[in-house]
Amino acid sequence: MSKLALDRLIEKFPSEVTSHHAAHGDETAVVKGARLVEICTFLRDDPSTSFEMLTDLTAVDYLGQKEPRFEVVFHLYSLSKNHRLRLKIELPEETPEVPSVLSVWKSANWMEREVYDLYGLQFVGHPDLRRILLYPEFEGHPLRKDYDTEKRQPRIPARSGRTHL
Amino acid sequence: MGEMSSENLLGQDVAATTVEAATGFFQKLLNKNEKVQDVVNWGRKWSFFQYPFVTACCGMEYMATAGPRYDYARFGAELPRFSPRQADLLMVVGTISHKQAPVLRTVWEQMADPKWVISFGVCASSGGFYRNYATVQGIDTIIPVDVYIPGCPPRPEAVLDALMMLQDKVQKERRPLLPIVK
Repeated sequence: MSKLALDRLIEKFPSEVTSHHAAHGDETAVVKGARLVEICTFLRDDPSTSFEMLTDLTAVDYLGQKEPRFEVVFHLYSLSKNHRLRLKIELPEETPEVPSVLSVWKSANWMEREVYDLYGLQFVGHPDLRRILLYPEFEGHPLRKDYDTEKRQPRIPARSGRTHL
Repeated sequence: MGEMSSENLLGQDVAATTVEAATGFFQKLLNKNEKVQDVVNWGRKWSFFQYPFVTACCGMEYMATAGPRYDYARFGAELPRFSPRQADLLMVVGTISHKQAPVLRTVWEQMADPKWVISFGVCASSGGFYRNYATVQGIDTIIPVDVYIPGCPPRPEAVLDALMMLQDKVQKERRPLLPIVK
């Protein structure tokens, strides 16, 4: 079903889609980040795609597995067409920046803050990019693969004779 | 103070008009006879007022224990109080994150003595399977705990067992009526 949406995206933005695949209904397009807002607006407003809803926005850290290191993943859903599409954007470690799609879907607000909080990726254009799950004094981004799994950042000291393991 | 006085079983003034004076009388009564301390402990152990600090799925088992089938009201732990000022048993039910740790510590500090703590389930007791950046590895790193309940989540029988263990512990206590402030 959503093969049509993927085809429409490739037809409209041939130079932006770097790769794509579609198997068993998991239509996925890897796109360039520069014109992301334009792509998303098109996918939302075009009658043949009509992705009214951004169901999820997350990220993956491929440290040591592939280059570029990060991927931001957008899961789109069309309520009226009942089809889905996945967009991926690859981000290098040096400049982990992606345009904010808050102007397209308001649901992106907290999800972009969550990805920033846990992965340290920058969403350019987000009006209030600060931590949402962790506390403000937390240092680092714990879902990055190079974050020490045994590192603890307690807000209050342990009782005498005890340690935060 | 001391103007109004009368003889009593201790042979001392009992016309107490302040908390200190009243406590002093009962404290002397306690010191005079061990049985009196037993009676006080008996009263305490059958009238726990819990503060349920419920943060996770263990709360379902907590509610099951409170429900009619298991019914911890039989043990006098009848009414959960949602103000720490009115509670003497802090039940930490579920995972405690580092973000939340100062809140738990404050709630415990707000409770008046005498007070006890039950650590409900493995997450509260040790962090459980959350060995990561977010989770406190056992609430006894931040507050003292009297009884630990294992299980993920614990069966209601285990909760009742812990309650009875705490009752035994309270019965054996020897502590002043009020904490001695110096």
